[in-house]
Amino acid sequence: MTDATLSYEYGDPHHLGGLVSAASAQGPAPKRIVTAYGFWIFLLSDIVMFSCFFAAYAVLLGQTAGGPSGSQLFNLGNVAAETAFLLLSSFTCGLASIAADTRNGRWYQAGMAATALLGLCFLALEAREFSDLVARGAGPTRSAFLSAFFTLVGCHGLHVSAGILWLLTMMAQVFAKGFRADILRRQLCFALFWHALDIIWVAIFSVVYLVGSGT
Amino acid sequence: MSEQVENFRDRHDLAPGEEEEVHVGPRLLGYVTGLGLSVLLTATSFFVAGTDLVWQPSIPVALCVLAIAQMGVHLVFFLHITTGPDNTNNVMALAFGLLIVFLIIGGSLWIMSHLNQNMAPMDQILRMQG
Repeated sequence: MTDATLSYEYGDPHHLGGLVSAASAQGPAPKRIVTAYGFWIFLLSDIVMFSCFFAAYAVLLGQTAGGPSGSQLFNLGNVAAETAFLLLSSFTCGLASIAADTRNGRWYQAGMAATALLGLCFLALEAREFSDLVARGAGPTRSAFLSAFFTLVGCHGLHVSAGILWLLTMMAQVFAKGFRADILRRQLCFALFWHALDIIWVAIFSVVYLVGSGT
Repeated sequence: MSEQVENFRDRHDLAPGEEEEVHVGPRLLGYVTGLGLSVLLTATSFFVAGTDLVWQPSIPVALCVLAIAQMGVHLVFFLHITTGPDNTNNVMALAFGLLIVFLIIGGSLWIMSHLNQNMAPMDQILRMQG
C-alpha cells in the first residue's frame, strides 16, 4: 500500500490526479486508442505529403510559360459551391459518427448516404472544372503552374474518391454486421480521414484559388 | 462485449477524433458550432479575396490567417483535438507534423526566392548560349 502511494506521488510530476497513473497501471492502451492513434499518424504523414505539393504550387505560381494565369482560369463561384458541398459533407459525417456511437442504424445510414451524395457532388464539380480547363487548352502540360495545380487539386480529388469508396464499404459493413467493436474502430478512422480531407480543402481554396486568382 | 464495457469505462485517454462527451445534444451542438464558424470564415475569405476595401498587398496574408483559423476550428470541433491531458499524445503528433509542414513550405519558398534573385535574367542566359 505504501509502495503504491509512493509511486503514485513520484509518478505524477504534473499533478494530473489519477489520469496518467491510472492509465499506466492498467497496462497497454485499449485497441481503439492504438488504432486511431496509428491512423492519426498516417493522416499527419499524408498532410506532410500535401505540404510538398503546396510548396511546389507556391513556388511555381508565377511560372505560366506565357500561358493563362490563375486569375484568367479560376471560376470562384464554382469553388464556393465545391467548398459548400465539402463542408456540409463533413457536418453530415459528424452526425453519422454520433449515430454510430448511439448505435442508431437508420440515422447512421442516412448521415453516411448524405455524406456520399455531397462528396459525389463535389467530385462532379471538380471533374467539370478539370475537363473545362483541358478543353480551353489549359491542361497540365501547358505550364509548370498548371502542372502544379493539377497535381495538387487532383491528388485531393483522388483522396475524396477513395474516401467515398471507403464510405460505401462502411455503410455495407454496418448494414451486414452491425455496430461491432472492430467496425466502430473503422468508422472512427473513416471520420478522421473525411474531416482531414476537409482541412486540406480549406488550404486548397485559400492558397490555390483565392491567392492564385489574385496574381 | 467485454471490450465494449471496457471502452465505456476507460476515459483516461482519448483516441484522435473521439469526444469526451457522450450525450447527443452537446455533441450535436459542437458540430453545429463548427459548421457555423467555418461557414463564417469561408465567407470572409471569399469576401476578402474579391474586395477593394482593404490594402491589396495584405490580402494573401489575410487569406493565410483566415485559412489557419479555419483549420483550427476544424481540428477542435470536427477532429476533437483539444489541449486536455487525455489528448497529449495526439497534440504532440500534430505538433511534429506541423513542424515538418512549415519546414517544407517555408524552406522551399525561402530557398527558391533566393535562387531567383541570384540567377541571371533569362534573356542574358539565352544570349550567352547563342
